[in-house]
Amino acid sequence: MKDFDRLIIQGVTKEFGEKVALADFSLELERGEFVTFLGPSGCGKSTALNCIAGLLPLTRGKIMIDEETIDDAVTSVPAEKREFGMVFQNYALFPHLTVFKNVAFGLQLRHHPKDSIRSRVQQALHLVHLDGYDDKFPSQMSGGEQQRVAIARCIVLEPRLLMLDEPLSNLDAKLRVEMRYELKALHERLHVSSIYVTHDQQEALALSDRIVVMRSGHIQQVGTPDQIYSEPANLFIADFMGFKNLWEAEISALREKEDSLEVAVRVNDGEIHSLLRYGKSDPRRVALLAAYKGGWKITTAIRPEDIEIDRNEAVGGFQAKVSLVEYLGETNHVTAIAQNGTRIDLRTDHSVKIDETIRLHVPPEKLLLFGEAAELHVAPTPTSEVA
Amino acid sequence: MQQKKLKLSGVLFIIVIIIYVGNVLGILFTVILDSFSKGWYKGPLPPQLTVEWYAYAAHDHNIPQLLIVTFVVAIGVTLISLLVAFPAAYALGRNEFKGKALLLSFFLLPLIVPPIAYGIPLAMVFYKFRLATRVIGVILANVVPIIPFMILMLMPFIEQVSGNLESAARMLGAKRFTIFMKVLVPLTLPGILTAGILSIVNTISQFPLTYLVSGAGSQTIVVALYTDAMAAGSRPMQAVDGMAVIYFLITMTCLVVALRFVSPTQMVFKIK
Amino acid sequence: MGSRGRGAIFFFLLPSIAVLLLLFVYPFLYGLYLSFTTAEGAPTFTNYIRFFSDPYEARSILVTLWISVPATLINIGAAIPLAYYMRHGLRGEKIITFFLIVPITLGTVLISEGMLTYMGPVGWLNQFLMFLHIVSAPVRFTHNYLGVLIALIIQGFPLCFLMLLGYVSGINPDLEKASKMLGASQFETFRRVIFPLMVPGIAIAFCLSFVAMFSVFPSAQLLGEPSGPTRVMSIAAYHWAFEAFNFNVGSAISMTMAAIELLIISGVLIWRNRIYKGASIVGKG
Repeated sequence: MKDFDRLIIQGVTKEFGEKVALADFSLELERGEFVTFLGPSGCGKSTALNCIAGLLPLTRGKIMIDEETIDDAVTSVPAEKREFGMVFQNYALFPHLTVFKNVAFGLQLRHHPKDSIRSRVQQALHLVHLDGYDDKFPSQMSGGEQQRVAIARCIVLEPRLLMLDEPLSNLDAKLRVEMRYELKALHERLHVSSIYVTHDQQEALALSDRIVVMRSGHIQQVGTPDQIYSEPANLFIADFMGFKNLWEAEISALREKEDSLEVAVRVNDGEIHSLLRYGKSDPRRVALLAAYKGGWKITTAIRPEDIEIDRNEAVGGFQAKVSLVEYLGETNHVTAIAQNGTRIDLRTDHSVKIDETIRLHVPPEKLLLFGEAAELHVAPTPTSEVA
Repeated sequence: MQQKKLKLSGVLFIIVIIIYVGNVLGILFTVILDSFSKGWYKGPLPPQLTVEWYAYAAHDHNIPQLLIVTFVVAIGVTLISLLVAFPAAYALGRNEFKGKALLLSFFLLPLIVPPIAYGIPLAMVFYKFRLATRVIGVILANVVPIIPFMILMLMPFIEQVSGNLESAARMLGAKRFTIFMKVLVPLTLPGILTAGILSIVNTISQFPLTYLVSGAGSQTIVVALYTDAMAAGSRPMQAVDGMAVIYFLITMTCLVVALRFVSPTQMVFKIK
Repeated sequence: MGSRGRGAIFFFLLPSIAVLLLLFVYPFLYGLYLSFTTAEGAPTFTNYIRFFSDPYEARSILVTLWISVPATLINIGAAIPLAYYMRHGLRGEKIITFFLIVPITLGTVLISEGMLTYMGPVGWLNQFLMFLHIVSAPVRFTHNYLGVLIALIIQGFPLCFLMLLGYVSGINPDLEKASKMLGASQFETFRRVIFPLMVPGIAIAFCLSFVAMFSVFPSAQLLGEPSGPTRVMSIAAYHWAFEAFNFNVGSAISMTMAAIELLIISGVLIWRNRIYKGASIVGKG
């Protein structure tokens, strides 16, 4: 089957009785793209993946490959005919078959000639650095090795879409980083269109061309890693991606420019400034304008490494007293308490002492503001804390 | 396309299940109905109902004695087996040692070898030592398959209770007996109850061993039922069905009680 | 308590081992001994010769096989597809399992006794079949081979089914998904993935079921013709031991039963090992 130019997912909804696992999911995937579905457990990312794979029937919606509809919730092309590959979290290797037979499985189904099978399997094993493992059984291999067999088993069939369902979650931290590198290298080499599912933001950032952030069955934001990392669309995403310092604040002044917003914010008994590059139609801008008009409270979001300690009593900022210092090697993670009791998390090379009063300052481009109240976000902390 | 295929196999499945369950229910209801029937020689239902067959059976057998023997045997077997099997299950569940697999296989043997095969030699030995035809003999014979059964049932429950709990109790100063009574037993109580109830059910319905070893005053109700059925020529079938109903009621009561503690699959727990 | 000395372990295991040695191993060995001796205690083969040379007696081996092997094959053959169908769980699973447990709990005697009436010439089954015009005269279900076979199936099927169900449910469901994604149809997935992984379970279920069927006793007596076509080995052994009071020949027959069972089980296990090389771990990848 030839490669597609575009995979089009339109308004896909999946309900299990009363429960809506996936709501109105729409996305277009270009050939060769690596897209990640990112979010906490229960956000619907695996559901979306299984729907695209054909393993779950759609409640509503449409999936098309170029012009051809492969699923419209009424009829669908069965999973075994879609020529998609799937790598599972627990590898799903056939325990009763050798590595060779596992990888050759799909080819044998399609009745390829023996020599062709042999050479293709060797090739695939070579690509995942498992030459010579032909006669081993899955139970004799480590997690990382098993995962590589699972990948080889898929790519040997040259699928037009490769799907990976949290493939690295069952590996230990060090192995996870190694395998991540191998996956990236593999994608660079083969350029197979890929959909990757994970709850780990580091994996998403490292591997993807685009990221789809999800929560409770809904898409929150679609963007490049840089966009998701620096310009999260809402508090949930900001929190999920490692922003901290989500404080309640008031807008004291606001200046509208064509492509940006300059905002002065009263927070922690001090004042800081923000420069937000939101265009006129950006919903984030609209929300902030509404909050300003209505006099409502807004929420800040700042990465700990972006808060600076101000040695000279310069412009604005606010004061805080150091309560805890954690030495992390490269930097210190300092916890400080502002005069109004708010907790501040920052990273700094400077050495500070407990109970020391420090003056803090935030560069305007690094201060994010959201027109939502802070209690709205209840995202669980992502597994990879280390920035 | 796929959904259609599923439906065909679904229909077949339901048909097979219905045939099976239908026949089992047919058997049960026939027995029950027949035991109350009078003059039922043809047709779907008896023309008259009566309880005279139960009177006949009561006259024919000493039913209270049968019931007492049945329960004494069931409870006796259960208690003895629990006392013997629990420590064994504990030793096996908490320790790894050379020959453990061999020992487990040894314990498995009475469950694999059918009762008739070892029951006949067992009965011969009992006759030799004058244990046969006595209630104690019946109890001892029944203990043979029940002890391994209990060991296998109890082991997972014991393994579930982490050894750390016992260590913690020790660190807090508890003596061994206290640990046993206050930590181990309460936590494995579900397992003990499960094993106990299943043992009672199994013993009540145990036939070959009891049949081979019992005598006139030590029959359980299932043996009496068999003897009646074998001599069906000299007894009205309806009276035999009456005995069957009594047996059925006892077993079903125990089954229903058992199912409150146990899932059906656990009831046929044998060897993995 | 934890790591007590080996002495403690031994002490805990002693009662069980002792009981089983006394009440299981000893009688078995005694039976073996008896089978090779005369009534006076002299060593001999005559007990076995007596059994094997008498066509009426030796036939019981074939009779027992002729009953137990088909019964086991039918049970396993029906249990495999049904267990496969229910592998992902089913609505009404609890009720179905309950109804399957009932015959096992009630036991062979009750089922056989009940069948005498229910499947008799004027019983409900025949009435039903004639009512549907499937047959024009009552079918003989009792006091023959068919009755015993049916009784064995009723008794044996639930065990096979539940064992296989447990086994097949333990197979990692992702394996099926993976197979599908690689392009296999439902049938191919069953043939290449599920069935091979079920083989160990099938082997065990076969062995346990066969052994139970082979030692059929009350059903053969009640529902069969114990003097002829359904004179199984257990009836023969019982007759010699407790009706003719010849414990020696009775033991010989029991030992032969055990030997045949052992032979067939070994055969099945060898077959299973041939088919199922590789991991014995089913499931989690």
